[in-house]
Amino acid sequence: MQKRISNLPFHDTPEQAQKLDAVIESLKGQKGAVMPALHQAQEIYGYLPIEVQEKIAKGLDVSLEEVYGVSTFYSQFALTPKGRNHISVCLGTACYVKGADKVLERITQKLGIQPEECTEDGTFSLTACRCIGACGLAPVMTVNDEVYGRLVPEDVDTILAQYMA
Amino acid sequence: MEQVNVKINGVSYEVPADSTILEAARYAGIDIPTLCYLKDINQIGACRMCMVEVKGARSLVAACVYPVNEGMEVFTNTPKVQESRKMTLELLLSVHDRKCLSCERSGNCEFQKLCNEMGIEVENRFEGAVPAGKKDYSTLYLERNNAKCILCRRCVAACQNQHVSVIGANNRGFDTEIGCAFEKPLGDVSCVACGQCIVSCPTGALTEKDNTQDVIDAINDPEKIVIVQTAPAVRAALGEEFGMPIGTNVEGKMVAALRRLGFDKVFDTDFGADMTIMEEAHEFLDRVKNGGKLPIITSCSPGWVKFCEHYYPDLVDNLSTCKSPQNMTGALIKSWYAQKEGIDPTKIVSVSVMPCVAKKFEIQRDDEDGAGLPDVDISITTRELARLIKRAQLNFARLPDEKFDDAMGVSTGAAVIFGATGGVMEAALRTAADVLEGKDLESIDYTEVRGTEGFKEAVYKVGGMDVKVAVVSGLSNADALLKKVRSGEADYQFIEVMCCPGGCVNGGGQPIQSSVNHSFYDIKKLRAQALYDQDKNMPLRKSHQNPVVQKCYEEFLGEPGSHKAHELLHTTYVKRGY
Repeated sequence: MQKRISNLPFHDTPEQAQKLDAVIESLKGQKGAVMPALHQAQEIYGYLPIEVQEKIAKGLDVSLEEVYGVSTFYSQFALTPKGRNHISVCLGTACYVKGADKVLERITQKLGIQPEECTEDGTFSLTACRCIGACGLAPVMTVNDEVYGRLVPEDVDTILAQYMA
Repeated sequence: MEQVNVKINGVSYEVPADSTILEAARYAGIDIPTLCYLKDINQIGACRMCMVEVKGARSLVAACVYPVNEGMEVFTNTPKVQESRKMTLELLLSVHDRKCLSCERSGNCEFQKLCNEMGIEVENRFEGAVPAGKKDYSTLYLERNNAKCILCRRCVAACQNQHVSVIGANNRGFDTEIGCAFEKPLGDVSCVACGQCIVSCPTGALTEKDNTQDVIDAINDPEKIVIVQTAPAVRAALGEEFGMPIGTNVEGKMVAALRRLGFDKVFDTDFGADMTIMEEAHEFLDRVKNGGKLPIITSCSPGWVKFCEHYYPDLVDNLSTCKSPQNMTGALIKSWYAQKEGIDPTKIVSVSVMPCVAKKFEIQRDDEDGAGLPDVDISITTRELARLIKRAQLNFARLPDEKFDDAMGVSTGAAVIFGATGGVMEAALRTAADVLEGKDLESIDYTEVRGTEGFKEAVYKVGGMDVKVAVVSGLSNADALLKKVRSGEADYQFIEVMCCPGGCVNGGGQPIQSSVNHSFYDIKKLRAQALYDQDKNMPLRKSHQNPVVQKCYEEFLGEPGSHKAHELLHTTYVKRGY
């Protein structure tokens, strides 16, 4: 699947900008600098929007396409921001046969976002992940570090409500 | 050069020690099929078509990147090799759209040719999901259809080679597609429209925006007077589309074909090239005398102009304000010529045949409408002209040789060489030297600026003044030179830049030659030679001696650089950035 690209506005604090500038400065002129730059930029911002990638490209004197190509090749790079609460729905085999797709569908309807997206108010972000090793509890989802198991779609409403306050 | 002994298919050869297996084999006259390999541009061993057996090696090796060594024994045609190549083709075909019948590249597609030669069935054992393949129709000059892309990355390498790098491989595995950063359409990024990606593509994934139907419609409209002009480089390459050897000059047959296609007048862009020299030489001398912006940099090449606007916006004032020969010819067709012939210029459809796809962009720029109407209405490539000729079923080889129409068909050797890198510089020097010396100089061959090398420089004494010139082609070379101009390190007065490596003869609108021919022939050199041969044999070899040019100034423009000349023949630029 093509990586989802955020269309939410980019927010940048002076501290974050300063940190990224320092990262780029430290990597300038080095071969293979794009990967470490992306890693550290993601640590600073949580994701890699176009504004950040453009800054890296100009700073390291490589094309934006080269930076983007790397950022879409490796799965650990995200092009969408993470919300204050991050939801992962397991779509591993066991969860899937137990109806995880219905759980995921309920969440997307409820929040109005697709996997790899973030709600506009920044409260929730969503991923569909592979097996998290809790097959006995299938179907499973996690919110931040909390695990919720043996789900039916209706459970989603009460779980999400806890985080909405 | 050190040599080593290798055996290919049991026969001994002595080959240069630094060659790859592929180079050694091609040197020995044995062809190994390739798809991603393109000499001097892309050598990445990705497509696995060129796999061969090497005695003692554990598995098949990729001939395009595997170096030879002393005593190596290579087998290029064993059952194991054949099976591997077949499987590669079957896998590629299983995700291909297979619409060969209507494909522009049918008959000239490296992938189709190999499938045919290897006996690959259209339906094969790897049938499965076929990616839709993105289509990008966002520009005025180029179309991408990824349903025909085999991910060889030749276009990506060509774009890098031009120091533009706006395309690359995005995403991963089955989802990999060639595209731009953040999946933007090509029209929204800083693509310079050179079309080098198109002439690098082995399949029909990249093509020019086809305007042949627009031309046919104009010709069939009884209300319209359709006037065509052809650039110098077109005549040096068009014959290739009809099986003629690379470097055949087909000017006469091309003119005959254009008449038979139904164009009302057939003019030569060379006339416009002579006009460009008159204006540009004048502009140069004026800048030297009056302390204008130097170095002056030529502006005939629209891909180069767009590159400068995107990546060196601080240097756009160095660009000559002269329009390109295409647009000068167009502007004069709708003004001077229309007036003389008593034609309503709104009835004229001005068509150009160019070795270039960036010309499609150029005609739609601002300030390219000298007579209040577009200088050029439709610009087609050399390939599109060949398509029109084939569609009309003209037997190109048997056409007689005909001459351009006199009104704007008279030109000089100076104009002919515009099609090769160094040509504009040499043409300008021929005229500038005469103007400054006030006489008809005999020594007019400025050989230092000839040749297909990417960077050339020289100092000429012109009218008692030392003029330091530089000539670059290919945007990597231009980029390196411009960095020096920007920093003040370079002290040239006159710079010629051509966007495509080797100049217009190697333009993005020229006939597409296979990877094999790129290995065996110096294509740009052969095409350029056709133009220099023509120059040598022309009675007039300096732009200011062109009688039609002289008449145009006498009757219409006044003198070079006049107010009217500025209105019609000069343009403006945009600081685009990237």
